[in-house]
Parts: sequence; structure tokens; C-alpha cells
Amino acid sequence: MRFVRRAWILAWKDLTIEWRAKETLNSLFFFALLLIFLFQFALGPDRERLSAALPGLLWLGFILSGLLGLGRTFAGERDNDCWDGLRLAPGEKSAIYVGKLAGNLLLMLAVEAIFLLLFGVFFDLDLVAALPGLALVVGLGTLGLAAVGTLFAAMTAHVRARELLFPVLLLPVEVPVLLGTVKATEAVLLGEPLGSVAHWLKLLAVANVIYLTIGVLTFDVVLDG
Amino acid sequence: MKDATELLVHVAGLRKAFGATLVLDDVSLSVRAGETVALLGANGAGKTTLLRILATLARPTRGTAVIAGFDCVREPERVRERVGLVAHGTLIYEDLTAEENLRFWRVLSGGRALAADLREALAAVELEPYAGERVRSFSAGMKRRLSLARVVLARPQVLLLDEPFAGLDQRGKKWLEEYLHAFKAGGGAIVMVTHSFGRQLSVADRIAILGGGRIALDRPRPSVTADELARLYALHTEDAP
Amino acid sequence: MWFSTGSRGLTRVLGWLAALGLLAGLVLALGVAPREVSQGNVQRIMYLHVPSILTAYLAFAIVLVASLGYLVSRRQAWDRWAGSAAEIGTLFTGLTLASGSLWGKPTWGTWWTWDARLTATAVMFVTYVAYLMLRGMIDEAERRAQLAAVLGILAALNIPLVHFSVLWWRTLHQPPTLLRPVPAALAGIFRLTLGVNWVAFTLLFAYLLAKRIRVGRLSEAGLP
Repeated sequence: MRFVRRAWILAWKDLTIEWRAKETLNSLFFFALLLIFLFQFALGPDRERLSAALPGLLWLGFILSGLLGLGRTFAGERDNDCWDGLRLAPGEKSAIYVGKLAGNLLLMLAVEAIFLLLFGVFFDLDLVAALPGLALVVGLGTLGLAAVGTLFAAMTAHVRARELLFPVLLLPVEVPVLLGTVKATEAVLLGEPLGSVAHWLKLLAVANVIYLTIGVLTFDVVLDG
Repeated sequence: MKDATELLVHVAGLRKAFGATLVLDDVSLSVRAGETVALLGANGAGKTTLLRILATLARPTRGTAVIAGFDCVREPERVRERVGLVAHGTLIYEDLTAEENLRFWRVLSGGRALAADLREALAAVELEPYAGERVRSFSAGMKRRLSLARVVLARPQVLLLDEPFAGLDQRGKKWLEEYLHAFKAGGGAIVMVTHSFGRQLSVADRIAILGGGRIALDRPRPSVTADELARLYALHTEDAP
Repeated sequence: MWFSTGSRGLTRVLGWLAALGLLAGLVLALGVAPREVSQGNVQRIMYLHVPSILTAYLAFAIVLVASLGYLVSRRQAWDRWAGSAAEIGTLFTGLTLASGSLWGKPTWGTWWTWDARLTATAVMFVTYVAYLMLRGMIDEAERRAQLAAVLGILAALNIPLVHFSVLWWRTLHQPPTLLRPVPAALAGIFRLTLGVNWVAFTLLFAYLLAKRIRVGRLSEAGLP
């Protein structure tokens, strides 16, 4: 129970500060909008071409905003000089991982919801029918991104050139998640039953279990050494 | 009430190297319950490094550091439960209020943050009127006091202080002096890194000078006059040829 | 002390064995093994390509074990093994990609195809390049060992995930040779040549690893 309370207070702290400063969320919402324009300009006015690429573009958008958002996981600690405080607070350090992960999940899901809304508007997509399946796929994929992203954010927090190293570390590891989510999203948007992509969903689930387990077991090494 | 002769801080043969640079060579120091040791030394002498090792934020290359019976390297979490560090970083989130900051650190450390306790800690550092204000609007001295409130709330057995009087005005300094005296009287031990030779040293029972990677001097404070101290300081903080 | 004549001797033996093995493998690959019917002489690149990737897998398995070993024991020797194996493994992976590309151009007409095996290998390559970049950006030996160990474990456990995801995503490549039970496509002499080259590459890897670990040990031994 103490573990949960400690994880909770950390998530509460991050969300409270974010709510007051609104730096990250606002910027990411705006970034999502800009990406929509970028995709439109890059793939031309040809609606067919864009349509075919939509599942991939959706997840490109999620990953790009994820890179920005996840990279800032410990920015608060850096700006306020509080990193040592996380280490000094006695107790299992994995509670800090879980707390930060929860905060990141909420942040990413909020940005992704906006993204989906914008996609629906700008690319004239009807997402309502696909919503339940989409929710599952987006949930699994986001967890996969955040689980590793939170760990790597801590890993690179005090390393040289961390803004460059963070995406360089995260992207290769996330290849299975990217492949799985895009394929599953494709199926969901085409109205296919989830059963047809069950193998992808299972892969995502297994990946999440692996990533979360490693995150929880090794976070104290990454934070503390 | 603690046994007045209990050894709360015990450092033996401590050595710390950063790559090829040897910062601490063979440091040994002991502090008993109710004692305060003032640690002096030139810039870069390793005072902060020693403090960080005691706080479990850094690991020694060799040697042992034991706080209240727990080894800093082998049982860091036990040590962290008993130690309070007030150093250059204030460990304060600017966008939270004073009370929220205290609540956050208290709960993260595994404790319960009852509103009454938080208020009491704020009152102890005379920040209670500002409990609901965001720290961003605080002066440097107020931030330092809030940092102390965080430590007060945790009720540590050992205080590790890095120039605690810096940034405080006269009232603040007086208040801190009184608090440290009370802390000692309650059986706590203090290791205080300081640059000043002034009246802040009155809190200290012993004076230690860190020079050449070792404790070059370790004497009871009353046995050293101000002039003698200045001379000894100059002597021990010269770099060895 | 740090370097006993024993380890230097072992390294030398490995070096000679590797040289002999490579020579034998080369002779078999270029001289003895017959020209393959459909692809011609280009197919001989397989004797470089397949052993390279197998050796890379061995290297990354060592990275996994050494990373776990470090986290459990905190002894710097494990980290030296991990870092050295990762470097050499990445090298061999690069060799695999390059030889695959050289093989592909005459055979399928393109320098690169996004088929399952090549893609998975490429992902593995960039993963470990990133691992080496992390190592390169941390100066303090102990901290570098800690973070690299965590990354090493994650990267290794990710490899099967990469393989399955890429395989389901696309399949064009030939079915894996040698590690499948009795491929009808491969006659005895081909398998012998492949086998000899595989052993030779493994010896080469062991030799390079021993040398690299020794260099790492020497460079760290200069410090207090």
C-alpha cells in the first residue's frame, strides 16, 4: 500500500505541476496539429494516397509526440534540482517508475485523443465505429511506448547529448510496437474483427509484460546506481 | 532518550576517486549523538563529496561509512530513513505551494502527511503564513527555510548540512542556530560543512579540517581560538608539494 | 597481476586457430564447393553472410549474460565483456548487412529489400549501435556499466520481439539454412563449407573478443 501511495503522490505532483504550468500539454497539442499539416503537405492533396497511409501516419504522430513528451519525464526534477531528492526519499525506487509511468500514460493518452480528433476532422475519418478496437490497440501501444520511454528518460537524464540519445535509444527498441500497432490499427479502421489481428495483440501484450518487468526490476539501478 | 555516547556517524578509511582524480584519500571521522562537527576545507577539498557519500548519493571507492549502525553502501535505504540533507539544491518544486512541497516529500519518503504535521513544520521555520503560496514567489531565504522544514518533518537522527547559514538573513541565522542547538539536545548528530569562521561555528562541538584528502585536524572547538583556527586552516589547506 | 602469460597465450592460440579456420573456409568456399545452379558464384557470399549473423547472435547472447552478471555481482570484468562483445557483434552485424546487400544485388536486382530477415538484422544493428552510443557518452566507468547493463538486457530480450514482428510484417527471404532440420535445398558439401566457415568465424570472434577485453582491461588499469 505504501508503494501505491508513493507512486500516486509522484503522479499527483507531476499532474498538478503540469496542470498549473500547462507547458507540456499545450505544446504537444499544438505539435499534433502541426504534424497533421506536415503529413498533408508531405503526402500531397491526393486523398487516396493519404488514406492508405493513415494508420502509419497516426502512429508516426503518436511516436513523434511521444518522443517529445517522454523525453521530458524528468525535466521537472532537472529544472528544480530535485533529482537527488528522488534518490534520497527512502523506499523502493520502482514506485517512482510506476508513478512517472502513470503520469506519462495520462499525458500521452490525452495527446493521442486530440490527435484522433484532429485526424477525424482533417482527413474526414469516421472513427466512431472503430472506437472500441482502436482504444484497445492505442492502449497497448501507448503502454509499450511509455514503459520503455520512462525508463530511458531516467537513463539518459544525466548523460551527454541526452535530447539526441533518447530518441536514438527508444526508436529501435519500439520497432515491434510500431509494427504491431500499425497493423492492428489498419485492421480496426477497415472494420475487420479483432480476432484477425490477435497475434499482433498478443505480441504487444507480451512486449508490455517484458518492458514493464524490466522497468520495475531495474529502475533502482538506473536512478540510483 | 538516546545514549549520549552512541556513535551515529562513523567513517573509516574513506577513499573516493573520480577516474584518475583522487578527491578523498583516507578519511576517518566519528560523530556521536548530540555532537556537531564543523567541516572546513578549501574549495575542491572534498567536503561536498564526503557529505554526499554520507547521504548515500555517492559511493566511496574504498572504506566504510556507517550512519546509525547502517552501512551507506550496503543499506542505503535504511540510512536515508535516518538522514536529512540540506545542501545546495533546495529540493523544492517551484510550481507547488509550500505545503504541497512538504506533503510530496513526506509521502514519497513513506510517511503520512497529516495537515497538522505539515503546518507544524512550516510554523517551526516561520513559514506558516505562506503555506498556500507557490514557492516561485519565495525569496532565497524562504526557500532555504522551506528546505529545512522538509528535513524537520522527517525527524532525522543525523543532519548533513552544506553551508546552511548561507542565504539567510540575521533573523534566519539566529533561528537556525537555535534549531541546531535543539536538535543536538534531542540526541541528533550534525555534520556541517561551512566556509565561515564566524559565530555560526558556535554550534559546533568539534572542528575538522579536510585537506589533502584527509582529516588534517579534528579538535574540540573550545580548544581553538579564532586566530589559531585561521592559522591552522591556512596550514592544512595548502596543497602538498 | 592483471595480465598473465596464460591469457596472452590463449589469445595467440585462438588467433592461429582462427587464421587456419578462415583459410580452410576460404578454400572450401571458393575452390571446393561447387557453383550453385540458379544463383551462380554470387551464392558463395552465403559462406560469409550466414556465419557473420550467427556470430553476431553469439556476441549479443554474451552481452545479455554479461549484463546480468554485472548487475548481480557489480564486478567491472562483466562490463568489459559486455562492451567488447557488443562492439564486435555490431561489427559482424554490419558485415552481415553488407554481404547480404552484395548478395542481393545480382540475385534479386536491388541493393536492399525490406524482407523479414534483413530488416530484423538491420533493426538489431541500429539497436546495438545505440547501445554503443550510450556507452560512449558516459565517462564514469561504474555508471556506464550500470546503465549499459540495463540497456543490454532490454535490447537482448527485444530481439525475439523484433524477429516475430518483422516476420509477420513481411516474408520474402529464403527459409533459414543450417538451423532448420535437414534443408533439402542444401547438399552435403554446401553444409560442410558453411559449417567450417561458421567455426572459423566463431574462432575469429573469440580471438577479437579476447584482444578487445585485454585492451579494455589495460586502459582501465592505468587508473587508481
